Amino acid sequence: MSPRHLRTGAAALLCLAATTTLVSCGSSDDDTAGSRTTIDYWLWDDLQLPGYQDCATAFHRANPDITVKITQTAWSQYWQNLTVELVSGDAPDVWANQSTYYPQYAAGGQLLDLQPLVDRDKVDLSAYQPGLTGVWVKDGKRYGLPKDWDTMALVYNTTMLQKQGVDAGQLNDLTWNPSDGGTLEKVIAKATVDTKGRNGLDPGFDKDHVKTYGFLAEWADGSQGQNGWGDFAASNGFTFLDKNPWGTHYQYDDPKLAETIAWFKHLIDKGYAPPLDKKSALANSELLMAGKGAMMVTGSWTISTFTKPKVKQKFAFAPLPTGPAGRKSALNGSSDAIWAGTKHKEQAWKWVKFLASPECQNLVAQRGIVFPALKTATRKALAVHRARGEDVHVFTDAAAAKDGTFLLPVTENGTEISPIVQDAIQSAILGEASPEAALKSANDKANDLVK
Amino acid sequence: MGANTAVAPPHESAGSPPGNAPAPARPRRRRDDRKAAWLFLAPALVGFALFYAYPTVRGVYYSLTDYNLLSEPGFVGAGNYRQLIGDEQFWNALKVTGYYVVLNIGSQTVLALLLAALMHRLTRSVALRAMLLVPWLVPNVTVGLVWMWLLDANLGFVNHVLDALGLGTTGFFTSPDWAMPTVAAVNTWAYTGYTALLLYAGMLQIPQYLYESAALDGAGEWRMFTRVTLPLLRPVLALVLVVSLIGSFQIFDTIAVTTKGGPVSATRVIYFYIYEQAFNYFHMGYASAVAVVLAVILGVLTAVQIRLLRASRSDLA
Repeated sequence: MSPRHLRTGAAALLCLAATTTLVSCGSSDDDTAGSRTTIDYWLWDDLQLPGYQDCATAFHRANPDITVKITQTAWSQYWQNLTVELVSGDAPDVWANQSTYYPQYAAGGQLLDLQPLVDRDKVDLSAYQPGLTGVWVKDGKRYGLPKDWDTMALVYNTTMLQKQGVDAGQLNDLTWNPSDGGTLEKVIAKATVDTKGRNGLDPGFDKDHVKTYGFLAEWADGSQGQNGWGDFAASNGFTFLDKNPWGTHYQYDDPKLAETIAWFKHLIDKGYAPPLDKKSALANSELLMAGKGAMMVTGSWTISTFTKPKVKQKFAFAPLPTGPAGRKSALNGSSDAIWAGTKHKEQAWKWVKFLASPECQNLVAQRGIVFPALKTATRKALAVHRARGEDVHVFTDAAAAKDGTFLLPVTENGTEISPIVQDAIQSAILGEASPEAALKSANDKANDLVK
Repeated sequence: MGANTAVAPPHESAGSPPGNAPAPARPRRRRDDRKAAWLFLAPALVGFALFYAYPTVRGVYYSLTDYNLLSEPGFVGAGNYRQLIGDEQFWNALKVTGYYVVLNIGSQTVLALLLAALMHRLTRSVALRAMLLVPWLVPNVTVGLVWMWLLDANLGFVNHVLDALGLGTTGFFTSPDWAMPTVAAVNTWAYTGYTALLLYAGMLQIPQYLYESAALDGAGEWRMFTRVTLPLLRPVLALVLVVSLIGSFQIFDTIAVTTKGGPVSATRVIYFYIYEQAFNYFHMGYASAVAVVLAVILGVLTAVQIRLLRASRSDLA
């Protein structure tokens, strides 16, 4: 080998090494000292941390030999961090799970089946909001106890809508359909104002110079559209799956979904919502705060974002519009799960049982941040909000309404299907493909993954 | 240009000149030298074996398995590679990465050459050189965040100015047409200073008398640049190109912070795709296969580039 070849070879070897060092390492340690046990507990929501810290303190008071150490990691890093910890064999004993993400951990044998423990200790599963317990069951194995739930609603800037002559009462009975947009589209048009102060119904409205958009739509919403298109499509009669959870056939090629997406595109073409290619990369809630939009769909977990005293604008919540198939909100919950590899199974179960108990869920309710899964604790949280002067009943109404909710789709490979559907919807919104064609092809790919 | 681009100067002329000691018969002493050599080489060798050779072998092994991080890997032979051929996301990732590399290396090299030549011929101010390095010193994630806010379509300062000038606003990171050029421009901004300094160091090696005689012969600045600077800079330029090409292919952090592969896969570059496959979808085996293919592509590109630019020979020698 000539020196030159050697060098080339070495360079190639170097790049090879540089591109394959993806596997990370970690160390493990054991916190057990004598009869004292430390349970590692992970969650992602910083707003919920104080409530669960209250629970940990109360739990330690009742069980002095067990200490719960809570680690909070932001959503965007939560699952990657958890995976790395699992791979290195140093995972938390208990962690908060979400319905799209948990199937892959269940499939990987990382979650403890709680069913035998639930049976042994006779946990009353009927005390939770309906629909929240079944999501965590697969093939007779139970992978979590319900922690909290969320539903969706409209959030709007009251000052802006008032200025355009829309009163709050009107917003409680909005209708929507994909052909003319119903009364919702009229409100959105009115709420859209151009730089010269003309609203969307004015014949002189200039859609190229919009100051405030009537509606902020979410396009980075995975395969579920929880924050917009999913709820609207459901109220148009669309269902994601043949059966949920654990369906084996997606139905993204349903014309009812394509119609819904086409309506959103029409909203953009009219100038009532920001075009995707000229849209902020920041969250819609930031834009709403900055006065760039008048209304958007939001989830009950964001309530305090809009009601905290620091917020300058006045916001209020309204129910989602009633579509051809009724009013439909996504209902989603989270759970607490136990790692199959935990060294402290009984202590971890004690903590999970406590997290799902009235004692802890009432403490969480007291903070008025999230709705706990127990029906009694939900009522308590609602009362806390009311005492603070926050009107959030639309979220609990949505959860209580008959046929008013649908569960987010839970299948195998959910995390992988997410970007496929998101890309299809974005390309339809950008006008790169027709909604029908884009969704048909995405549906085929998604179905290949759940076969 | 991505993260770790360790740069070593080309060491053509280094090493001991042969035959300056007419070897008296002292074999024992020679053996001692060799021992010392191994001793000094040991840390580098151990590091190489532990952090490069071993992970490389393991990566190649994983690429032949269905490893999903959570359970034991099972051997699947060339299955991952077969899947890769039909994977349109993989080909799209290669395509958009190539597009990025062309935009980034093109703009970065031209700008850096220009800056280096200006520094070389006009000023040798240390303060100026230090300033050029500032963007390179900022962590990539910070660079991404700062530009994301500056260029934001609705709240960003740049769009505010553009709008005030009557040019309208642009979703720099959210438009499929603009996203990749924007990412490339941001990274060019961050790395041009560093590249310029490398080239400047190369220019300093060119003997001054060449410029003096060129000037005597009546050559202008442009002619001196094309006839003296560029040809004599070739070995350094080749090295800089190879290093920045490899770095550029490894674009990840700016994308992870700003576009996350979107809109509609317009910026789903190969490294981001590998990351998604490995840590979002738990397909570590498949991700390793993509990584191995990327490594082979880079190796071939590097070999071709070194050959084309005849980097191992300097015209100065």
